[in-house]
Amino acid sequence: MIKTDILIIGAGPTGLFTVFEAGLLKLKCHLIDALPQPGGQCSELYPKKPIYDIPGFPEILAGDLTSNLLQQGKQFQPGFTLGERAETIEKQEDGSFIVTTNKGTQHHAPIVAIAGGLGSFEPRKPKLDNIEKYEDKGVAYFIKDPEVYRDKKVVIAGGGDSALDWSIFLADVAEEVTLVHRRNEFRGALDSVERAQELKLINKINIITPAEITALHGDEKIEGVSITKDGQTERIDADAFIPLFGLSPKLGPIGDWGLEIEKNAIKVDTLDYQTNIPGIYAIGDVNTYEGKLKLILCGFHEATLMCQSAYKRLNPGKKFVLKYTTVSGIDGFDGTRKESPKAVVKAIV
Amino acid sequence: MQDVTIYITDREGEKHTVLAPTDMAMNLMEVVRTYELAPEGTIGVCGGMAMCASCQCYVTSDHKINAMEDEEDAMLSEAFNVKENSRLSCQIPITEALNELEIELAPDV
Repeated sequence: MIKTDILIIGAGPTGLFTVFEAGLLKLKCHLIDALPQPGGQCSELYPKKPIYDIPGFPEILAGDLTSNLLQQGKQFQPGFTLGERAETIEKQEDGSFIVTTNKGTQHHAPIVAIAGGLGSFEPRKPKLDNIEKYEDKGVAYFIKDPEVYRDKKVVIAGGGDSALDWSIFLADVAEEVTLVHRRNEFRGALDSVERAQELKLINKINIITPAEITALHGDEKIEGVSITKDGQTERIDADAFIPLFGLSPKLGPIGDWGLEIEKNAIKVDTLDYQTNIPGIYAIGDVNTYEGKLKLILCGFHEATLMCQSAYKRLNPGKKFVLKYTTVSGIDGFDGTRKESPKAVVKAIV
Repeated sequence: MQDVTIYITDREGEKHTVLAPTDMAMNLMEVVRTYELAPEGTIGVCGGMAMCASCQCYVTSDHKINAMEDEEDAMLSEAFNVKENSRLSCQIPITEALNELEIELAPDV
């Protein structure tokens, strides 16, 4: 069981900044995120897009903001459970919480901060009859272990980077790779598109465009797919079908945690961004209140106030004095210390 | 600058007549959100960067609207429920030329 002071659900900018603010108060954080890397939307959707409204940064790429936030919080040694979705929450007798992920990882903390943005990123599933029936029986929306596809007939659908990159990678692993896309054009890095083109010419990848997968076949598992091109449908043999149509965020299981939800967001008290369940906070894009703005900078503010409230909750008797990093410096949990250099006081003679 | 009238059929099939300002650098997705014609979290998920297709709509009137750029075209090539008249509403700026434009919101996926 992972134990921490503040369990943060969502490793986007707001969640990452919480690590820093909590660290200043000597509170340790652990983050859970459904994506395999931290950064949330900033790193998953638009790492190369510039953001212009982060105070102090006239322009910063979303991916760089994520890197900076990770760097800023690093000395407070946050823990990460990545690639897992927070599934259930159980309140303990002492008021603390146990949060379990879809993979069964358990986390125990007195404070839970939901910084889940618009929700956890789930694969967008094509509308095909019986597709659910074949999930884990040949149909997969992520590739976890490419070896599963060794010497198999694999059909990949999609026109973006992941469809191209996995087709290229699996060309050397699988017996046969067929890439199906609705258009002739692919949206990916130029070298990926060129590499796929080369592999097509030497018959290492079959590329079928403009076409769509229109049916799945098989008794117990995938045995074939139907591909429709120019109104003609053809069935080909397949051991695996991997649709890669990107991800879309869903509030998911958090919606069933007994929290007050309004407009797909969690209602909070603006005093400290606590939800209707004491000890559970919601910060950043996932929350709602009168006047709410879904901006990264507002998430930072909410994270800061939330940490103060969490500190008071965990230390009910203690007097709290606001500290400035310029005055107190930063004592990292890793033994590092940062402080402003002392001014030189010396007589000039 | 004049406000323009836009007819928007929501995902439940209900038709709404809304006024959209032409002087606030708004796009069509933002108009839909402003009038709350689709639940929050199901539209404009990426904020309007042509990166998620949650604001896909079908243009059903005969207006001459801005041409599609590569990013929008590429996103639509991966989206679901795409038709000939599909557009990402976040990529359509509100201008006076859009007066009496008619759109339908594509289903949520």
